[in-house]
Amino acid sequence: MKFVVAVKQVPDTAEVRIDPERGTLIRDGVPSIMNPFDTYALEEAMKWRDELGGVVTVITMGPPQAESVLREAISMGADDAILISDRAFAGADTWATSHTLAAAVKELGDVDAVFFGKQAIDGDTAQTGPSVAASLDWPQITFIGKVRELNKDSITAERYVETGTQVVQAELPVVLTILKDANVPRVPSLRGKMKSRKAQIPVWGLADLALTEDETGLNGSPTKVVVTATPEPRTGGQIHEGSTEELVAKLADLLLGEGSEA
Amino acid sequence: MSGFLEIKDSCTGCGICVKTCPVLALSINDSRKAVVSEDCTLCSICVDSCPFESLAVHHSFGGNKEELARYSGILVLCEMRNGSPDRSTFELLGEARKLSAGEKEVSVLVITDDPSDAAEKLIPAGADRVIMAVHESFQHFSTEPWNSVLTHVINEDMPEIVLAAATTTGRDVMPRVSKSLDTGLTADCTELSIDPDSGMLMQTRPAFGGNIMATIVCDRTRPQMSTVRPGVMKPMDPEPDRTGKIVNLEVTAEMIKNRSKVLEFIPTAGDEVDITEAEIVISGGRGMKDPENFDLLHDLAHLLGGTVGASRAAVDNGWIEYPRQVGQTGKTVQPTTYIAVGISGAVQHRVGMQSSDVIFAVNKDRDANIFEFCTEGFVGDLFEIIPALVKEIKKRRG
Ligand SMILES: Cc1cc2nc3c(=O)[nH]c(=O)nc-3n(C[C@H](O)[C@H](O)[C@H](O)COP(=O)(O)OP(=O)(O)OC[C@H]3O[C@@H](n4cnc5c(N)ncnc54)[C@H](O)[C@@H]3O)c2cc1C
Ligand SMILES: Nc1ncnc2c1ncn2[C@@H]1O[C@H](COP(=O)(O)O)[C@@H](O)[C@H]1O
Repeated sequence: MKFVVAVKQVPDTAEVRIDPERGTLIRDGVPSIMNPFDTYALEEAMKWRDELGGVVTVITMGPPQAESVLREAISMGADDAILISDRAFAGADTWATSHTLAAAVKELGDVDAVFFGKQAIDGDTAQTGPSVAASLDWPQITFIGKVRELNKDSITAERYVETGTQVVQAELPVVLTILKDANVPRVPSLRGKMKSRKAQIPVWGLADLALTEDETGLNGSPTKVVVTATPEPRTGGQIHEGSTEELVAKLADLLLGEGSEA
Repeated sequence: MSGFLEIKDSCTGCGICVKTCPVLALSINDSRKAVVSEDCTLCSICVDSCPFESLAVHHSFGGNKEELARYSGILVLCEMRNGSPDRSTFELLGEARKLSAGEKEVSVLVITDDPSDAAEKLIPAGADRVIMAVHESFQHFSTEPWNSVLTHVINEDMPEIVLAAATTTGRDVMPRVSKSLDTGLTADCTELSIDPDSGMLMQTRPAFGGNIMATIVCDRTRPQMSTVRPGVMKPMDPEPDRTGKIVNLEVTAEMIKNRSKVLEFIPTAGDEVDITEAEIVISGGRGMKDPENFDLLHDLAHLLGGTVGASRAAVDNGWIEYPRQVGQTGKTVQPTTYIAVGISGAVQHRVGMQSSDVIFAVNKDRDANIFEFCTEGFVGDLFEIIPALVKEIKKRRG
């Protein structure tokens, strides 16, 4: 089987801080990590490769330094990796990102399934996977909490939706987005780490993918960010301190007070 | 290039902007001025950071005006739940009416196996037109037929705006539609408005884990499409006298082509209301210490007619199930009353509950973040306050 996993390098948003005076984002010293949701996608692909045989290729589109997440993926057990990098790819929205990633999947050829994380923690869009599926004209199963079965022709998976679980079967080749419920990612092994150090990671640019500047990066993006702002602070209200009795009396007044039928 | 970052003469070379740029495109040159490299993506995060207002982003909006002007009206994708339009659909219709400002026609597309009385509910809720796509195979949501019907309707109707809920359905099919129609899609919007000058849809959404709000436009292509976070927009008060048209769409063999199938649907068990629909949500966090203590919150919820939610820390510890998680990677709730118990108020939690009408917080740490934005904060030990509160409420009610 030939599996591809799309991973993204992201700033650790839990570490992002806001400058309290100016209310702006402080990027300084925020570490870059593999998008946490992508580790579940990687694990799922490797799990099925271990069972069925084949290769797991990890791809990322990003600046040269994004190579480090590919090496991390190899240390966790991926077979090989490709860095999709070109100045022309910068500033891509999900349309342009997925257009570029889909071109890379086509270039790889004979792929059975592409695995995505549920969403990236910087953009939080969850749009890239389905959009790649559309570019490739493949079926898709999103928000997978459990893959029940995977063979050379089809996949059966549980999609976790608001009201319950949809059990969906789809033909291969297919695009999948994986939730954290699906598995527990393995940690890098010693052998993996050695392999990742030695691995040759090819870089594919605009010309390698036969794309043009008009369909990638900022130019190829139908959407643009025009304003960014820090969320308006919800002004803090009344803070009550005192004995438990006082606090409880006040809380009960407010909860049962005016407007309540009690 | 679709614009540029202007660095004005007032720049002092202080370097603050350099620290905020997420793509490392800014630096300070030898003559102590900021300079920008080709890596700039015009995200405009730096603009806000400059204490001297020396930075400005100028966008050049593209698109052929005549071509764009051929599109008009707003299309809403209806989601059905148990044979009726879901709450999120009513929220979208309320928002569509607001955006329409009485001028744009608002249509709603219903894809279902059982039309029941959907149209009778959607017209009073704001729809001018209800497009019904009815077929026995539309019992469960499935990507390909939904994509085919949507792209067909959009190609025929040419709406300038398309709205869907940012649910597992909207977030599954809309990116597919965006690619099928080669137009932009903005995910999970929490605020929408029409720019009075350009007439463009301004789509605002949280990014970077809720640390910033980005406003996004789709200038060159139509329709402008958004998925909208459930629980944020307000439905309008139903107007029983509103009139509207019902259009029945002919479902073709092409539309029902599908390479996947839903084998089974297993509804979530549970008799309590969904947290997104509850009027009162009482959430527990890491401060709850263990799963048994959640019984305290269930007791309180029972008394107040609310339901129990949780922070991610509580869910990750296995104290309570994931469908109750509030926040960025959980659900967004907008109850009249939100009670946060033993929750610190991290930004990822906050984005899921900050539009509640009233927020109460119980936390023993006076410096907890939650006290910076709650309506009424109570500094104290939850294990004393909550049981005493339950007793007090019972006593007052006699
Ligand atoms: C990508 C990403 C997505 C995330 N998504 C979400 C999300 O969807 N939802 C979410 O909630 N979080 C989310 N988080 C996690 C978030 O950053 C916080 O870690 C989490 O919200 C903390 O939960 P908490 O407030 O329960 O725990 P803590 O931060 O540990 O706070 C516990 C609080 O309880 C108080 N306390 C302890 N004991 C008592 C007592 N006896 N009486 C009163 N008070 C007491 C403490 O003072 C403290 O303030 C996300 C993080 C990331 C990186
Ligand atoms: N630049 C990228 N390179 C590779 N994969 C990506 C990239 N951006 C997004 N993805 C994948 O798409 C998923 C969804 O990302 P997003 O649509 O940005 O929320 C991520 O979890 C990754 O699997």
